[in-house]
Amino acid sequence: MKYLYYPGCSLKGSGRSYEESLLASFKKLGVEMHELPDWNCCGATAYMAVDEMKAFALAARNLALAERYGDGEPVTLVAPCNACYLALMKVQKYMAEYDEVGRTISDALASADLSYRGGVRVRQSLDVLLNDVGLDLLAEKINHPLGQWKVACYYGCQAVRPFAPFDDEYNPMSMDHLMRSIGAEPVDWPLKARCCGGTLTGTIPTVGLRLSYIILREAIDRGANVVATACPLCQFNLECYQSQMGREYGEDLDMPIVYYSQLLGQALGIDDRSLGLQRHFVPLTAAAAVG
Amino acid sequence: MAQRTPRMSNLHITRRIKYQNELDLGFGKVMTSIPGAEDLLRCIQCGTCSSTCPLSIYMDHTPRKIIAMTRAGFKDEVLSSATIWLCASCYSCTVDCPKKIKITDVMYALKRKAIEEKVWPRGLPIPVLAKEFFASVLRTGRANEGRTVAKVWLKTRPLKLLANMGLGLRLMARGRMSMKSERMTGSVDQLRKILDSVHNSDTGHSPG
Amino acid sequence: MIMHRKSPEDQPRIGVYVCHCGVNIAAKVDVEHVRDFAASLPGVVVSRDYKFACSDPGQELIQKDIREHDLNRIVVASCSPQLHERTFRRTCADAGLSPFFFQMANIREHVSWVTVDPGAATTKARALVAAAVRRVARAEALALRQVPVRPEVLVVGGGIAGIHSALTLANAGKKVFLVEREPTIGGHMAQLDKTFPTMDCSACILTPKMSDVKNHPNITMWTYSEVDEVSGFTGNFKVKVRRKARYIKEELCVGCGDCVDACVMKKEKVQVPDEFNVGLSKRKAVYMPFPQATPACMVIDPKQCLQLMKGKCAQTCVDACERAAVDFDQTDEIVEIDVGAIVMATGFRPFDAKRIPEYGYGRFDHVYTTLEVERLVNASGPTGGEVVLRDGTVPKTVGVIHCVGSRDRRHNAYCSKVCCMAALKMAHLVKERTGAEVFDFYVDMRTPSKGYEEFYDQVLSEGVQFIRGRVAEVTDWAMTPEEEGKLVIRVEDTLIGVARRVPVDMVILAVGLEPQVDTAEMQRRFNISCSQEGFFLERHPKLAPVSTFTDGIFLAGACQGPKDIPEVVAQAGAAAAEALALVDRGHVDIEPNTAWIEEEACSGCKTCIPLCPFNAITRDEEKAIAVVNDAMCKGCGTCVAACPSGAAQQNMFTDEQIYEEIEGVLAYV
Repeated sequence: MKYLYYPGCSLKGSGRSYEESLLASFKKLGVEMHELPDWNCCGATAYMAVDEMKAFALAARNLALAERYGDGEPVTLVAPCNACYLALMKVQKYMAEYDEVGRTISDALASADLSYRGGVRVRQSLDVLLNDVGLDLLAEKINHPLGQWKVACYYGCQAVRPFAPFDDEYNPMSMDHLMRSIGAEPVDWPLKARCCGGTLTGTIPTVGLRLSYIILREAIDRGANVVATACPLCQFNLECYQSQMGREYGEDLDMPIVYYSQLLGQALGIDDRSLGLQRHFVPLTAAAAVG
Repeated sequence: MAQRTPRMSNLHITRRIKYQNELDLGFGKVMTSIPGAEDLLRCIQCGTCSSTCPLSIYMDHTPRKIIAMTRAGFKDEVLSSATIWLCASCYSCTVDCPKKIKITDVMYALKRKAIEEKVWPRGLPIPVLAKEFFASVLRTGRANEGRTVAKVWLKTRPLKLLANMGLGLRLMARGRMSMKSERMTGSVDQLRKILDSVHNSDTGHSPG
Repeated sequence: MIMHRKSPEDQPRIGVYVCHCGVNIAAKVDVEHVRDFAASLPGVVVSRDYKFACSDPGQELIQKDIREHDLNRIVVASCSPQLHERTFRRTCADAGLSPFFFQMANIREHVSWVTVDPGAATTKARALVAAAVRRVARAEALALRQVPVRPEVLVVGGGIAGIHSALTLANAGKKVFLVEREPTIGGHMAQLDKTFPTMDCSACILTPKMSDVKNHPNITMWTYSEVDEVSGFTGNFKVKVRRKARYIKEELCVGCGDCVDACVMKKEKVQVPDEFNVGLSKRKAVYMPFPQATPACMVIDPKQCLQLMKGKCAQTCVDACERAAVDFDQTDEIVEIDVGAIVMATGFRPFDAKRIPEYGYGRFDHVYTTLEVERLVNASGPTGGEVVLRDGTVPKTVGVIHCVGSRDRRHNAYCSKVCCMAALKMAHLVKERTGAEVFDFYVDMRTPSKGYEEFYDQVLSEGVQFIRGRVAEVTDWAMTPEEEGKLVIRVEDTLIGVARRVPVDMVILAVGLEPQVDTAEMQRRFNISCSQEGFFLERHPKLAPVSTFTDGIFLAGACQGPKDIPEVVAQAGAAAAEALALVDRGHVDIEPNTAWIEEEACSGCKTCIPLCPFNAITRDEEKAIAVVNDAMCKGCGTCVAACPSGAAQQNMFTDEQIYEEIEGVLAYV
């Protein structure tokens, strides 16, 4: 199995351990990931608010590069970051759905000798793990099952909304299946895909913190001792603002917030450092289910 | 908060009426011409968006009301509303809407309109964040989260920057943040060319 | 009798009439221009435009011209032939001209209503008028054929629509075959407890009609049966009905229930969900759907019965039946019948609430559909009429949710029409039975019928709390101690403009009405049309609401669209009356569009013979040519298209006529 890989800016910054753990795990599973050469920012959420067309153009350039890379062969571009995943999918859909978007973006790409004809399949890494690698192969490769973890699988918004090509938008299960396959126990909880507050934690903190706290609180109430995320922004909010939430709501919060790929990596026998676990504030060893 | 017995002097009696000439009756039409917002006029005011929205409880007008007001031409009220800035793009409303209105896209469109008309609530850092983000991308082709956030706070709330210094340093110590920017491997010129081309094409939606 | 004053050999003298249709056509098409253009065409003697060609003065104008200008061909450029072809044919006939010398050009549905640009519309109108003029010049004198009509009527579906249609027809003295797929007639109405707005007991008003059907000398009632095949045409349909093996001899069984008691499926966990009680109770392999089932006859479910599945069972039912009615050797039986008309009354299917996962149906035990609660509140239901939840408790707070699967472009864009009243009925009944606090979540309250608004008013006064807002989610996620263990309904109270969370013990989903699952298959089998949402399509939404585009097939009840009982019964009566009007007349006029063989051109190759779906072609061995039997030909045109030597021709569609029409479209562009 061979894929083109789009890391996005966060996976080179605050979400570095997502990239580290994901690439290490894929390697162990025999899946080749080739980073898209010369990729640029996907345009993400904030940019949509300043200039939608430019946001589309940013995302489209990556698709154009990926298509060119494929050289006529079908290309799958794996985007592990939810925001990137959505931005890339959205421009693809809108270019097809709205003439105006299609025309403007095609013209813009042409001005730089690029073109995009819709030949790239954008996929989330969870999708690849579940549906291409498959649970059977995973079961074979797991040598350190993680029975100690009760995982709140936290998908975030944009992996399943508004497009849900690989999982259910109300009760997504792909990460749950993945966690079960590595021996961990996913908890049943209703906030799997509820918003963490996104960038509001920074811009309107009272509101943003509250949204993140709701997620964390429910995970604790449902008996989880670790939260696994699929999105660098969710991970950042739930972890980096955890002490602030604790102060705000008068609680002792000590919940490890990791990427699903880090737990997968552990189960595959990869050492903690290669999975970037030292980069986290709440150590995974804490195993602290706070009442 | 304890309930206070109302006093006559506290009863703010105001005259509330909207005359047609105070409205911008074409506003709804303008908004529906934007890709993604075309179904706005189909809204049946059921409120599904407002109840599924995790942020509506903080909004001055619920998303449903924003749609009604947009349609009716309450342009000033809509564009100066906090609602559009509270939208965190979680897309719950878009997925749940029984009329398939892409409400998240509508919110984006309204944000852009508010920036274009320079009427966003003063002190709100979101437009500044969006602009800084843009600047970063234009410079290096990629976003530097740490730098962007630091700049936003510097420009909007310098005290906030100080308060979060600790977090920044801790992130840096763990290699999760850097003041040095990630760059595209190739030249940013190609990207700028593409963005310029979008800028020059008259789409009618890009305040640019 | 039609007198043909003109012989086809006359030189064409054509009159063209361009209709304004008020502003329907004239606002888009330059009718004066089209009129002048038509006047320039070969053979056209008179060309006029007129405000309403179909009006009496309009028709008289045409007749006057026929007489004064000795016209022998007429073209009217107006609306669809569906609407007025018959009108103008009669106009011609009354003026002594054969109706088949009339040609219509549709410049309304095909032009003015669907074209934006007036210039383009006028161009297209010219082309269609030219085509009609060229075609009509080649028209031939033909006569309508008359075919006798069979007096029997088939009614498909034994719900209240089918029951009412069948009884109406039978009472008029017609022989009726009533075919029902389930083991009993009665349909959804049999499952209901009370009927809004008068709240009379559903069973009490329905079961007498069910027994009338069974005992009516003119009705042959076949339950557990399906229509396999339909052929023929209006007045003369041939229908194959599959009478499914019920493994019980219907003529012997009296419905005593001894076999049910004896059936070896004693343990509840091996039993299967009871369809009649919407899965709220269990049944055995041998069962009767409900006590008043008609016929009062058992049925053995071949997918559950051990004997039928595995061939191994103690067959206690056989021993228990004193009348020896159990028959494991029964097989499906095909019966062929001939009928003159068909009434479709195949009903609806409730929306599957699982398709809206936000509402938790199937995930949370205490989320019910309206149909389930009908069974809960019914005295003969699984709880004997007690509203108790799946955990045995009585709900203290109940939420009723409207518009489940309706007015939702993700599922069904249409309003299901009956759910507002059904929801109000549930709110009333549950409150009455349990004294619970009831919240009713509605989007728009729709109660436009006799006594309906008054019922809403009554439920309002009973203290049901109405919240205007579509529910986003039913969740078990508690945010306050009061919400623990409850189902929380998340909604915006849109009239107050605030988000609310309402904790309840029980949720009732007012599910909408959908087309039956096999509607598409039925559509093919009966050769009728469906509207976009999948219900059977009426011929005209206002003026032919129970007819289909296939002559002789009529629609009754919810198979045509969501309806409540009063409306279903009214429509079923109308469908019966239309069917009666057809079969009582004794004959139908049929278009003379039959095929014929040009003897000199036929090579006797026999290509056409096996292709004819009506076996209307035989071979004259002496002349070595094909011969079409005029009485059996239905004018489908298959032989005409297939004939390699062009010998097969069809009246009203000769090659000449078609080519002229095509040239008419193209020649003046």
